[in-house]
Amino acid sequence: MPKLKIEDLVKIKEKATKTTSLREGGPYKTKITVHMGTCGIAAGARKILDSLMKEIEERDTKDIFLTTSGCAGLCSREPMITVESTGKAPVKYIELTEEKTKEIFDKHIIGGNIVQAYALAVGSERAV
Amino acid sequence: MEDLSLHILDIAENSINAQAKRIEIKIKENKEKDLLSLEIVDNGKGMDQKTIERALDPFFTTKKIRRFGLGLSLLAEAAKLANGSFSIESKPTKGTKIRATFQSSHIDTKPLGDMAQTLVTLIMGHPEVDILFSHKINHSQYYLDTKEIKAQLNGLSINSPEVIGLIKKNIKEGLYNLRRRK
Repeated sequence: MPKLKIEDLVKIKEKATKTTSLREGGPYKTKITVHMGTCGIAAGARKILDSLMKEIEERDTKDIFLTTSGCAGLCSREPMITVESTGKAPVKYIELTEEKTKEIFDKHIIGGNIVQAYALAVGSERAV
Repeated sequence: MEDLSLHILDIAENSINAQAKRIEIKIKENKEKDLLSLEIVDNGKGMDQKTIERALDPFFTTKKIRRFGLGLSLLAEAAKLANGSFSIESKPTKGTKIRATFQSSHIDTKPLGDMAQTLVTLIMGHPEVDILFSHKINHSQYYLDTKEIKAQLNGLSINSPEVIGLIKKNIKEGLYNLRRRK
């Protein structure tokens, strides 16, 4: 086996750091959080995460960071996700189904347009 | 909760909220004894005696975000309905062990559900936590240890889509073969 050159190692490291930081919450374009508290799980949050994982895999996008969190305090509106795009206010989507999630993925996460029909109005968390 | 795999996901999320770094999920099926048992053992911050006593009260939670906590009481109820048992062992700073048993043939025993999806959901959301899963049917066993997987990844993230896909496939095939072997 030919020996690796120092420049090659530097390149590999740079590439690896870049990919890792994208996935571990670095300079990704969009972060999607699926709320996975007892309420979310009982309402079907696991299916929502599964459909998001499928979308990401099918499109082979590298700039989306998918993660889970606990209860957001709006148990009756679960399943919920929060979509955060760089430089924009986070958007919470409520009462999701797999179909709605797919639509949000197409229109908001890929297309950049908020799907107002499924979104919780900005700042309305206190009113619920 | 529709099935036991969702209860397991919920209890494991409790462990993570209790700062667990390692979670063991053990499922055992004993056909002779007509018994299904679940064990979730974590090395989180644990509970003192007073907290354990209150843990099964649906109107008790340590969270600030809402005033009730249903997870443990739902699992205890599911076990009770299925002629089973439920226990909590916990020590502050050491961790917690939750055990639930079910009579396999009981009409109210919930199906196990999709364990592969529960495990990848946990790995996806908490790649830093080590998860050890085993499913035993009589004398055959399937097991998965994310610590072992991480050691083989050579720095690649365990929650990258490629790795998650492989893990899911491995669990699905492993559990399918386990059922055939019984």
